[in-house]
Amino acid sequence: MAESMQKTRPAHEGTAHRSGEHHHHHNHAATSRHVGDHHLLQVEDLCVSFMRYDDAGGRFFAAGRRQAPVLDRLSLAVHAGEVVAVVGASGAGKSMLADCLLGLFDPHATVAGRIWFDGTEQTAESLAALRGRSIALVPQSVAALDPLMRVGRQVQGAASFQERTTRKARQEALFERYGLGPETAQLYPHELSGGMARRVLLCCALMGSPQLVIADEPTVGLDLELAVSALSDLRAFADEGGGVMLITHDIELALRVADRVAVFRDGTVVEETAVASFASPELLQTPYARALWHALPEHGFEAREAASC
Amino acid sequence: MLRFALRQIGRFALLMVLVSMATFALVSAAPIDPLQANVGQAALLGMSEEKRAALASYWGAGTPPLERYLNWAGALLQGDLGMSLRYNAPVADVIASRAANTLALMAVAWAVSGVLGFALGVLAGVRQGSWADRLVRGYCFVLASMPTFWVGLVLLVVLGVGLGWFPIGFSAPIGTLSADVTFADALRHMALPALTLSLVGVANIALHTRAKTVDVMASSYVRFARARGESEAAIVRRHVLRNVALPFTTLQFAQIAEIFGGSVLVEEVFSYPGLGQAAVTAGLGGDVALLAGIALCSAALVFGGNLVANLLYGAIDPRMRANARSVRKASVGSVRGARKEARHG
Repeated sequence: MAESMQKTRPAHEGTAHRSGEHHHHHNHAATSRHVGDHHLLQVEDLCVSFMRYDDAGGRFFAAGRRQAPVLDRLSLAVHAGEVVAVVGASGAGKSMLADCLLGLFDPHATVAGRIWFDGTEQTAESLAALRGRSIALVPQSVAALDPLMRVGRQVQGAASFQERTTRKARQEALFERYGLGPETAQLYPHELSGGMARRVLLCCALMGSPQLVIADEPTVGLDLELAVSALSDLRAFADEGGGVMLITHDIELALRVADRVAVFRDGTVVEETAVASFASPELLQTPYARALWHALPEHGFEAREAASC
Repeated sequence: MLRFALRQIGRFALLMVLVSMATFALVSAAPIDPLQANVGQAALLGMSEEKRAALASYWGAGTPPLERYLNWAGALLQGDLGMSLRYNAPVADVIASRAANTLALMAVAWAVSGVLGFALGVLAGVRQGSWADRLVRGYCFVLASMPTFWVGLVLLVVLGVGLGWFPIGFSAPIGTLSADVTFADALRHMALPALTLSLVGVANIALHTRAKTVDVMASSYVRFARARGESEAAIVRRHVLRNVALPFTTLQFAQIAEIFGGSVLVEEVFSYPGLGQAAVTAGLGGDVALLAGIALCSAALVFGGNLVANLLYGAIDPRMRANARSVRKASVGSVRGARKEARHG
């Protein structure tokens, strides 16, 4: 792995931002706050690429190799107290972004760029040390749980003998808070209903009292009612001062819950803006984001209505 | 539960009938003249006609196979396994005197290959691509591609004959009364056959365990455990061992059949007086009662192994246990679940 995260801080890090200003490639929402005068998470020019064999020449043994980028100069920021929705088509590399932020780098990947968390520039090692603690992942489905381990022990996670009682108490408190009865701890993952599984996964993420939660497609496979309740749990976490990065392909749901939206396309964030900007296409800066706006079902409806008047 | 037990008993009975019928059919079809095989060519020629006829009727050479089978099966139902013509003793006694040797040999090989195979397989799977993985895989491929009897011969030549560390055969020192054979003697004589069986058995277990470990390491629950900051050691302890133990259990009990098959060859190579060697003697000598007796014993052993594997699988895997319960609980559970959803939705 070629890791090239520089140690120097950029000149604008650590200085107070004026709200509403366009800076660091993004617009603010009303809730965006710079706790400690910095972003909770800031990603700049993150590139992840893999060496691929070029199949253009048609020569098998002498095929040239080239770097195939998955993430290409991606920049993104998450403030404390807000939900940022990373919206893009499936398979565009959104999960790769989550992996990078958790320090889970593919050994064959070439990674470049800079990541700050809570005002400190991170390396691959320091990100790995943060995962499960300050930065936590809410995975997509119950498949992320060990099928042979009871849910309670699983949520508690790996613990030393001394920690075990405190972690058990924390797990019980989280279950109580999210309406999971004490008997849930004794169940196996396959015995959970869709709604219970989703809350159990959230409890896993919250065990380490994180500052930033990365939710990777948390609504896939849920009906609308469950999806909305899943997102409102994330919303509540942000309202209490945490940061949420919501990775999703469902822009309608994202607009309901998020403060800001990062439009993801071809391995990069083409536009990062407040949800309010989606009120009208004039507020959006890039053609792709405007195309996305027009693709929303309710706007197709409005457009027709406007034409008939 | 009762239905399960009845079904297993039915299967077992059917297995016994089929195995014994196959044994009788094969022995009848074999081009072995029991007189010639057991008495010897020269002795047979020098024998009087009456004596030859008496022996032929003793060996049952003239009786049609079906009649012989029915006679034997009728006696079996009364608990009589018949007489071994070759050893001139009841089949039950012959089997009993040799079963201890074979069972001890198999137990050692089974335990060693299981423990070593599991450990090596998990090690190789967790450290996929490392030198340890390559070493384990190399060992397994080499061993898996060698015939058991050949491995036995090599060990015999190197460790037994060349270095003289182990006796070259039999289950006790030559020329010792069976009453004088010590436990240490028995162990020393069992060492080489057991080592052969273990070495070969390890390859199979380790390769399967490794493949399963690699699957588990790539699973989304291990990926999530890693994303939660669990250390590699914690992941192996909490998730890998648990999930690999399940298919391993099935494999380990199915392995009984493999080890029994291997023991026949190994006992032959080391002249080790066990069931396998007796089976070979019985087969070559047309001693159908003894052969059928041994075939039934080994089939019962393998059946028992598979049954234990099935039962253990159900005991270990919560998903299997749930299947039995869910039928009863389905209605209650869904109502309760729906109410809970409504409360928190």
